[in-house]
Amino acid sequence: MNRINQKLQEDKKLLSIYFTAGYPNLNDTVSIIQDLERNGVDLIEIGLPFSDPLADGPTIQGSSTQALKNGMTTEILFDQLKDIRKSVHIPLIIMGYFNPMLQYGVEDFCKKCQEIGIDGLIIPDLPVDVYHEEYQATFEKYGLINVFLITPQTSDERIRYIDSVSNGFIYMVSSASTTGAKSGFGDEQTQYFERIGTMNLRNPQIVGFGISNNQTFTQATKYAKGAIIGSAFVKHVTNEGVHSIDSFVKSILE
Amino acid sequence: MNYNVNEKGYYGEFGGAFIPEMLYPNVEELRQNYLKVMAEPDFQNEFNQLLKDYVGRPSPLYFAKRLSEKYNTKIYLKREDLNHTGAHKINNTIGQILMAKRLGKTRIIAETGAGQHGVATATVCALMGLECIVYMGEIDIARQAPNVARMKMLGAKVVPALSGSRTLKDATNEAIRDWINNPVNTHYIIGSAIGPHPYPDMVTRFQAVISEEIKWQLKEQEGRENPDYVAACIGGGSNAAGTYYHFLHEDNVKIIAVEAAGLGVDSGESAATSVLGKEGIIHGCKTLLMQTNDGQITEPYSISAGLDYPGVGPMHAHLCKTGRAEFMSITDDEAMKAGLELCELEGIIPAIESSHALAIFSQKEFKPDDVVVMSLSGRGDKDLQNYIDYFKI
Repeated sequence: MNRINQKLQEDKKLLSIYFTAGYPNLNDTVSIIQDLERNGVDLIEIGLPFSDPLADGPTIQGSSTQALKNGMTTEILFDQLKDIRKSVHIPLIIMGYFNPMLQYGVEDFCKKCQEIGIDGLIIPDLPVDVYHEEYQATFEKYGLINVFLITPQTSDERIRYIDSVSNGFIYMVSSASTTGAKSGFGDEQTQYFERIGTMNLRNPQIVGFGISNNQTFTQATKYAKGAIIGSAFVKHVTNEGVHSIDSFVKSILE
Repeated sequence: MNYNVNEKGYYGEFGGAFIPEMLYPNVEELRQNYLKVMAEPDFQNEFNQLLKDYVGRPSPLYFAKRLSEKYNTKIYLKREDLNHTGAHKINNTIGQILMAKRLGKTRIIAETGAGQHGVATATVCALMGLECIVYMGEIDIARQAPNVARMKMLGAKVVPALSGSRTLKDATNEAIRDWINNPVNTHYIIGSAIGPHPYPDMVTRFQAVISEEIKWQLKEQEGRENPDYVAACIGGGSNAAGTYYHFLHEDNVKIIAVEAAGLGVDSGESAATSVLGKEGIIHGCKTLLMQTNDGQITEPYSISAGLDYPGVGPMHAHLCKTGRAEFMSITDDEAMKAGLELCELEGIIPAIESSHALAIFSQKEFKPDDVVVMSLSGRGDKDLQNYIDYFKI
C-alpha cells in the first residue's frame, strides 16, 4: 500500500509541511526532510521550484526564485533524493507546476519518482479533467497518488468528480487565495469545512492555506484529517535558518 | 484543416486551460457564457455602436502608394493606429468590458507591458464606471511613464509587479494571482490572444473586426475580398489573430507572422518564440514557449515592449506548426529602420511593434501585382522616446 494511504489510516491528525527544494541553500533538501521527520511531521511536500508560480504568494515565489538562482533543477532534485528512502520513512510528495514535468517527460518523471520512493504529486496547474484523460494511467502505473485541490468556490458536482478521480486525499484550500495570503479562519471557512464534511467523500481531506501556528492547525484539523503548512514554514526557514526546524514543528504540535 | 479553436479549447495540440483549481469557477463561467453572450443582438448592437462612435471604426484600409512603389508591390495598411487610444487593443477591451458587465462583474483587472492594453482597459473602465486595477512590471513602469500617467488620469490604479523579471510576464502572473484572490466580483481582461480557453478565442473574436473590415474594404478598392498576403506582428498575437481570422480558411491568402528577433535570433536577446520556443505551458495554455531545458520560462528581449513576451498565442503556435503561416523574425535595427521609412514615405509614425511587420518588405520579395495587407497595429506616439534615443534625433 502507498505510504500516503497507510498514513491516512493512522488514528491521528496529520501535519504536512511544504518546503521549497533548493532553498535557502541548494543542498538543504535532504537535511530539511530528515529534520521534519525527526520532529514528528507526518507528510512532506517537496516543492519543485518554478519560474512562474501562479498560485503562490510572495513568500513561496521568493523561495522559488532563490532556489532557481541557487541552481536547482529537476535533475538535481532527483539526484539529491536518490537515497532518501534509506533514512526517511514518512510519505513524500513532490509539489510543482506542470511545465517542468512536461519538459522532463511525464512518464520519465513518474518513473523517477517511483524509483526514489516518492508517493504522490501535487500539480496545481494540471486540471483534473486533463489528468483523468491523459495522465492518470501513467501515474497509477508508477504507483503515484495525485492530489487535487478544492476551494470554497468549487461546486459540489465538481468535488464529487475530483473525489472519484482521487485515491489519496483531497487538498482542501481554506479560502480563495494564493498561498500565504491569509491567516486564520472565519465563519465562512468553518461553514465550508462543515459543508465538505457532510458530503461524506471517499477521500479524507487535508486543509491547506491560512495555517501558520498551533491555533490555526487545531482549528483546521477539527474538520479535517490534517493540515498543511507552507508559507509559514518557508518564512521560518528564511528568518531562523534550517537549524531550528524543531522549534517550528514543536510550536505547531505543542 | 481547422485553424479555429475546437470544442475542447484546443488549436491542434495547443491551447487548453491549465489553471489552478482556484481559477476554475471564473474561467468556466466565462467558457459557458462567452459565445452565448456574444451572439445576443443587444450585445452585438452595443459592441458595434461603441466601435463606430467611440473607437472610430471602421479604421481605414490605406493604399500606401510610395511604400508600394519603393518595394514594387501593392501594400495596403490597415490603420488600427487611428483607433481611439492609438492601437487595436481597444477592440478587445470594449468587447470584454461589455462581457464583464453582462456577467455581473464590478471590478476589472488587466496586465500590461508597454501600457497600450492598460490604457485601453482603463479607458473602457472609465467609460463604464467600473473599478480598474492594472498590473505592470516595475521595469515597464519606469520605461513607459506617459502610459502610466494616462492610466492614472483615466482613474485606474497601476500596481507594480515586483516578482520575477518585473516585466509583462510577471505582470500577467500578478493579475492571475489577483483573480485567484478575488474570484467572485472580478473580471480579468487579458489583452492578448493568450491565457486559458476561452480567452484566446474570445480575444480573437473581438479582434476579428479587423479582417472583417479588410474584406469589404479591399473589395471596394481592389474588386476582390482576398489579398495575396496578410501580415502582422506577433507578441502574444491579438492584432495578428484579428487580422488573419477571416482569412484562415481562405487557401489563396498567405499568412505572414512577424516576430521580434531582438538583437538577433541567436544572440540570446530575442523574442522569436517560433524559432526559440518549445511546446510548454504559460499563463494557462499549452503553446510555443521560450524556456530552459528544465522547463523554466525565460526572459525574452525586444526593443518593442509589446512583442517582449516569451510565448505566442496557441492559435499562432498551431499556424506555425502546421505551416499555415510563414513566421519571420525581424531585429531591433531592421524594425527601427522600417519605422523611420514609413514616416518618410507615408507620413505615418508607427508603433515599434508595427515597425517589425513593415520590415518584411526589405527581407522578402513580393511580386508587383501581389496585394499585401498589413496590420498597422498602433501609432508611435508612445515610442517617441525610443525613436529619439535610437536615432539620436
